[in-house]
Amino acid sequence: MPFGRLFSGSGRESPTASSEQAVGTAEGRRRWFPWLRTRSDKVPWIPICIIVFLLLLPALLADVITVHDPLRGVLADRLTPPAWIEGGSWTYPLGTDKLGRDILTRIIYGARISLTVASLTILVGASVGTTLGLMAGYFGGWIDRVVSWLIDTFLSLPIVLLALVIVAAIGPSFITIVTIIAITMWAYFARQVRGDTLAVRESEYVARSKVAGSRPWRILLRHVLPNVANTLIVLATLQVGVVILSESSLSFIGAGIPRPNPSWGVMVADGRDQVLIAWWISLFPGLAILLVVLSLNLLGDWLRDFLDPKMRQRR
Amino acid sequence: MARYVLINSVRGVLTILAVSFIVFSLARLTGDPLDVLAPVDMSREDEQALREQWGLDKSLPEQYRSFIANALRGDFGPSFLYPTETAGGIIADRLPASIRLGMVATLLVVTIGIPLGILSAVKRGSPADRIAKGLALFGQSVPEFWLAIMLIWLIAVPWKFIPTSGIGSWSSYILPSFVIAIFGIAALLRLFRSAMLETLGSEYIKLARLKGVSEFWVIMKHALKPASIGPLTFFGGVAVRMLTGATVVEIVFSWPGVGFLAFEAANARDFPVVQALALFTATVIVVMNLLVDVTYAYLDPRVRLGQRSLA
Repeated sequence: MPFGRLFSGSGRESPTASSEQAVGTAEGRRRWFPWLRTRSDKVPWIPICIIVFLLLLPALLADVITVHDPLRGVLADRLTPPAWIEGGSWTYPLGTDKLGRDILTRIIYGARISLTVASLTILVGASVGTTLGLMAGYFGGWIDRVVSWLIDTFLSLPIVLLALVIVAAIGPSFITIVTIIAITMWAYFARQVRGDTLAVRESEYVARSKVAGSRPWRILLRHVLPNVANTLIVLATLQVGVVILSESSLSFIGAGIPRPNPSWGVMVADGRDQVLIAWWISLFPGLAILLVVLSLNLLGDWLRDFLDPKMRQRR
Repeated sequence: MARYVLINSVRGVLTILAVSFIVFSLARLTGDPLDVLAPVDMSREDEQALREQWGLDKSLPEQYRSFIANALRGDFGPSFLYPTETAGGIIADRLPASIRLGMVATLLVVTIGIPLGILSAVKRGSPADRIAKGLALFGQSVPEFWLAIMLIWLIAVPWKFIPTSGIGSWSSYILPSFVIAIFGIAALLRLFRSAMLETLGSEYIKLARLKGVSEFWVIMKHALKPASIGPLTFFGGVAVRMLTGATVVEIVFSWPGVGFLAFEAANARDFPVVQALALFTATVIVVMNLLVDVTYAYLDPRVRLGQRSLA
């Protein structure tokens, strides 16, 4: 049942088949594959495969695995349907758009854009957010009040409208979209890290480290940061999906990646007016977004349970 | 309680000021508006006159002060695109369509998301739970703009009575409101499901059952009431995300609301309108967050007494 398998990451109710079979094999597996050693030991392989084959590999190997040019098409071959439909050919497996560009090639190059934007924004957001969150949570006082207020402020920013403001002023560009998304991204990290730090601050080992005479930065780096790292990884995974959705939405309305670059959002927009005669132009890039974000959500949920049993949600 | 409301209101005002500052800086520091707006062949004198008319000759702090002073009076200056109308007036014209659509979407979120969340928690592990979880996952992951196009293609076009764009009879609300609602439904479903599971496992629920309270009342009264407080803190975030979604959905369906207006204005480089809309939306978000905070503090005394932090 493939539908059920898709949810294996969260299907904690059902005991794993392997643990009911030969105990020896299950134990052997646990010994040799330590990452399987949790109660929720069903690794979400399908989501991981989707992320690897639809996002990571295409992004890294786009120029190696494609034969067509993502930006320039063959006008004579425009609006070719997908290969399995009458009139289609395996030269263009998922068809071509109105300029004769291969949809599959553009989806593969689009993965590169999505991954670049996501890596940049999350790198910036996570470093700024973690630093501010650690400081706010650990030192408290006016630092905490200022940072908390900044978090509230930046989470209230309507990013679509801000992006439109910038577009009205200087037009869309790669730098603009990375800035716009990073502007709000740090706040999610700061909020999470601040909350976790508040809890860790009260712990016994931080108190003892203080007694031992450790300086604040040492306590933060050695004792607090490792303890908030797990939730950071979970949040970063989930935020990759959020960034991909934001980037594609902004690109779709013309406030993100400028044409003719093959952002998945731009591609969906390209096919919008032709959806009745050439549905494949919009369908496939959108499907790519849906599958990748869905997989990231499943992976993030699984990581949450895997890395921190205390945070395990009841399902 | 009054003190709590006051402190949070002041914070809210400060937040709106900060947002206005960000919007203003983005607007002014990213380039001279006249570079974009003045016709290329405009004479020096005319350009200077226009600069003075729009107050662009003054220093940046001064410009910001007059921007705020005017904004407080609801005056964002004349629209560049329609010089006879003010930016505020254009927005006011478009607002009702957005509010009506937003209300229908919110209604869908509440009437679908919450009951499904409860059902999913009560019938944990059942096929209904699996379907609900699948719906929640889908709603969190699907790009609204794509879903909208796919629904136009698969539903609106074959079934002629549902319009593909614009505002008309009640049937024109079906698709846009559903697409806007899908994220909220997913979010509320998840939030209510986990909150209900938590309360259903608690001691006082066992006591209520032992006392012979019928299962229906155990769920609806004893479990649901305390379980609804937790999800409330997330409403602000869900609402922000739904507003974003609504902007995109309005654009796809050419819905004559403020979201579509923002898109038209940005493409026409109608600066005052986009600026006013950004500030207006931020204010809506801040006020909504304030209402959520106050409601939460009202329901949970620990918050207003400062024993528990909201963030």
